[in-house]
Amino acid sequence: MTAQSPKQAKSKNALVSVKHLTRDFDVSPPWLNRVLEGKKKAILQAVSDVSFEVAKNSVYALVGESGSGKSTIGKIVVGLLRPTSGTVEVGGVDLTHETDKTRIEETRVGIQMIFQDPYASLNPRWKVKDIIEEPVAARGRDVTGLAEKLLEQVGLSAADISKFPHEFSGGQRQRICIARALAAEPKLIVCDEPTSALDVSVQAQVLNLMSDLREEFGLTYLFISHDLTIVQHMADTIGVLYLGRLIEEAPRNELFDNPRHPYTQMLLEAAPKLDGFGREVEPPKGEIPDPINPPSGCAYHPRCPIAVERCKNERPEMKQRDKARVACFLAK
Amino acid sequence: MAKTVKKPVLSVKNLSVEIPTRQGILTPVDQLSFDIEQGKILGVVGESGAGKSMTGNAVIGLLDPPAHISGGEIRLKGKRIDNLEREALRKVRGKEIGMVFQDPLTSLNPLLPIGEQLTETILEHLPVNKNEAQERAIAALEEVGIPAAAQRINSYPHEFSGGMRQRVVIALALCAEPSLVIADEPTTALDVSVQAQIIALLKRLCRERGTAIMLITHDMGVIAETADEVAVMYAGRLAELGPVRNVLTSPTHPYTQGLMASTPLAAKGKKRLSQIPGAMPRLTDLPFGCAFHPRCPIAKDKCRSDPAPTIEAGGGKAACWYVNGEKS
Amino acid sequence: MANAFKDTVIRAWKSDFMWSFRRTPVAIASFVVALLLIMGAVLAPLIAPHNPFDPATLNLMNGFSAPMEPNQFTGETFWLGTDDQGRDVFSTILFGMRISLFVGFAAVAFAMTLGVTLGLIAGYVGGWVGALIMRIADVQLTFPGILVAMLIFGIAKGFTPIDQRDEMAIWVLIIAIGLSEWVQFARVVRGATMVEKNKEYVQAARLNGRRSAGIMLRHILPNVLGPVLVIATISLALAIIAEATLSFLGVGAPPTQPSLGTLIRIGQGFLFSGEWWIILFPSITLLALALSVNLLGDWLRDVLNPRLR
Repeated sequence: MTAQSPKQAKSKNALVSVKHLTRDFDVSPPWLNRVLEGKKKAILQAVSDVSFEVAKNSVYALVGESGSGKSTIGKIVVGLLRPTSGTVEVGGVDLTHETDKTRIEETRVGIQMIFQDPYASLNPRWKVKDIIEEPVAARGRDVTGLAEKLLEQVGLSAADISKFPHEFSGGQRQRICIARALAAEPKLIVCDEPTSALDVSVQAQVLNLMSDLREEFGLTYLFISHDLTIVQHMADTIGVLYLGRLIEEAPRNELFDNPRHPYTQMLLEAAPKLDGFGREVEPPKGEIPDPINPPSGCAYHPRCPIAVERCKNERPEMKQRDKARVACFLAK
Repeated sequence: MAKTVKKPVLSVKNLSVEIPTRQGILTPVDQLSFDIEQGKILGVVGESGAGKSMTGNAVIGLLDPPAHISGGEIRLKGKRIDNLEREALRKVRGKEIGMVFQDPLTSLNPLLPIGEQLTETILEHLPVNKNEAQERAIAALEEVGIPAAAQRINSYPHEFSGGMRQRVVIALALCAEPSLVIADEPTTALDVSVQAQIIALLKRLCRERGTAIMLITHDMGVIAETADEVAVMYAGRLAELGPVRNVLTSPTHPYTQGLMASTPLAAKGKKRLSQIPGAMPRLTDLPFGCAFHPRCPIAKDKCRSDPAPTIEAGGGKAACWYVNGEKS
Repeated sequence: MANAFKDTVIRAWKSDFMWSFRRTPVAIASFVVALLLIMGAVLAPLIAPHNPFDPATLNLMNGFSAPMEPNQFTGETFWLGTDDQGRDVFSTILFGMRISLFVGFAAVAFAMTLGVTLGLIAGYVGGWVGALIMRIADVQLTFPGILVAMLIFGIAKGFTPIDQRDEMAIWVLIIAIGLSEWVQFARVVRGATMVEKNKEYVQAARLNGRRSAGIMLRHILPNVLGPVLVIATISLALAIIAEATLSFLGVGAPPTQPSLGTLIRIGQGFLFSGEWWIILFPSITLLALALSVNLLGDWLRDVLNPRLR
């Protein structure tokens, strides 16, 4: 683990600052169906009032199950989606409200992304050289020798530049994706489930590479994952999402040793353990509710073992509790 | 019934599967042997391309041509099932072996209510009339934890959530009271909390009904919590087989050792994960000798020339020349 | 350099594509037939025994010579006989194919350019732009292609001076046939584009600041060309037949520049007076050309995208 503690990372030291981020999706049936079948307009709030900060040179992990909005947040941060409301600040530039185009463009260059599926994230008709150089070439800058250098940095051979993606295995493709992300000399890399499509032995290689590169280039990662074991290994700070809301945020050890939110506790308990031989878990209650009609108050209350009347009516705010921030009325 | 020598429900001996292709004959499963006893769960783990799904499909007789069983035998409760005619095999498949796949949507017919799919299977394999079948279907749904089963029996698969759908699939696999269930990555498509529910369900059914389960997965954590025995596969071959505690805590095969060490859980605060270099070879160019030797830290000349024998080791079996130290 | 070329050739020969080709007799046969016919058309000025467009070489006395029989007046022998004006049928077929193939290729190129462009835009931009393009395509589909062609032909005729009409005819044909076939391209490309645009490599390009036009051209287009090639081949056969149909109806290639369809129209006048060869041989050629191209297209579809069936 690196030396800096993310707790001291208040504003000054933050590379990314997300404030009250909300994103709605219109998932209504087509207009004609609404008229004929009397269906209502349906809005899915994928991200709901999420605020967090990512300290420079740290790894911030967003964890959550399906429908938690973690990928949506990642896409908003890199600029693939626009927020419905709220702000995203990277390196002091408010990407949602800044009007100076060149400033936005300069900041955007420094934000890269590594995707989940190494098979879909490389254009099958492009040579590796063109793929890796794209972030630089697309902006019309010099790319001499760039691909060769980057390929060696990610543990491939410079001789691979004229090969096509299909000649590589899944792990090697993910290395190519990493090389492409590095080409723009980024400050921030958003990693959206970067190893969930990889086998365990290959996953270890890719995670190690990512750790090495972080040190070498002073990178900051926004790490999106559903896999708590990977997050425990990689992250400095962890934010837990449930149904589009941030419900707990804590430094890594704090979260795993002392989870405060009942949902976090359930997640940690339910995750299979390598030494859990014959472990009998009390299976968690219920399933993730329909995000189009989320429960009132605290979204977790229907499944929560300790919910009280207040949880049904009032949405808990994120409150500082010792080293963590928790959105629960009953958390200590 | 007098209990004599414990006979395994499923016994697989020297099973090989071949696929003839342009590049020659591929063997995705090679000389594989294992047994599953009544009421036990055998975990089959391996990375993609290890041949674990192919093994499951071979047992249930669902290999896609041109893949075919080219050697060995599969016995279900002592009866050979690998050489059955198509019709006889179909009967065995529904009655004696249930199947649970990764994606619950593809294993249910989207156009039929789930109740109809269940009663159809029950009527086909059990000597009951329509009303009894209906009752059994409801009972099966209740058993897998579907609330208000009697009302939901006329619902269609798309009206259920992913986790509930997987429960329906499990009910469907169990409704003819099979002696063996093959579950191929049953929780991979599900969220952590739902996965815990499905695992608990499988374990309970196995315990209460004495069904043998062959659980195919890539997730070591799931194996640890669920399986009694575990078979680790690599490139179509058995790498290691033994009681789950032994294999996971003190693996003998270098591949299992590497695999266990590379999971983030095993890193426990260490900064770097230990890693196995390289990647699983493609079936089209398997290395000579032991298929693992190019990635193996202890490989010697012998490993490059001769396939490793499967020998007793660490309370189970392992396919490695040097599993019990240097000379063997 | 030579070695690299050799490697490429060897790799191509060993590819799945060539392997399937070698294993499909129908594909080989139709490829050979199509190649022979196309070569014949391209090399017509070199290999045709007569120039049917040069009145100076024509001898009316040679009219109605039967195939392989010496003419009763001049004693000359023609392989496939002659027509009423003494033109060698074999030569007219070779030159006729030139017109047919030119119109076919040009019409497909036009349809492909239009269809692929509109399909890419409809698929990538989506929204009301995409909806509008696809509705236009739907409307286009409700008109029979021949009707559209005749309509355009009629309108164009009204605008062109009489002395330029023959020349104009070919271009009108190309546009008319192209317009009736772009929808196929647009639909397939739109579908494929919608699949590709959601893939992560397109997102990677987007976040690296590539513009939409660049993404469409450099990223998506190369990945949707497979099905386009299949449709182009099948469209070529359709275009050749459409051209023949229009010319047969008299709204296509003029008698001064006869295509296969024009030849068949000319020939049908003699069908019942015993000069069967004037219509039979052009018809067989048309059949062989359309069939071989079509079979080749079917095979291509099976190889490149079995799901397109």
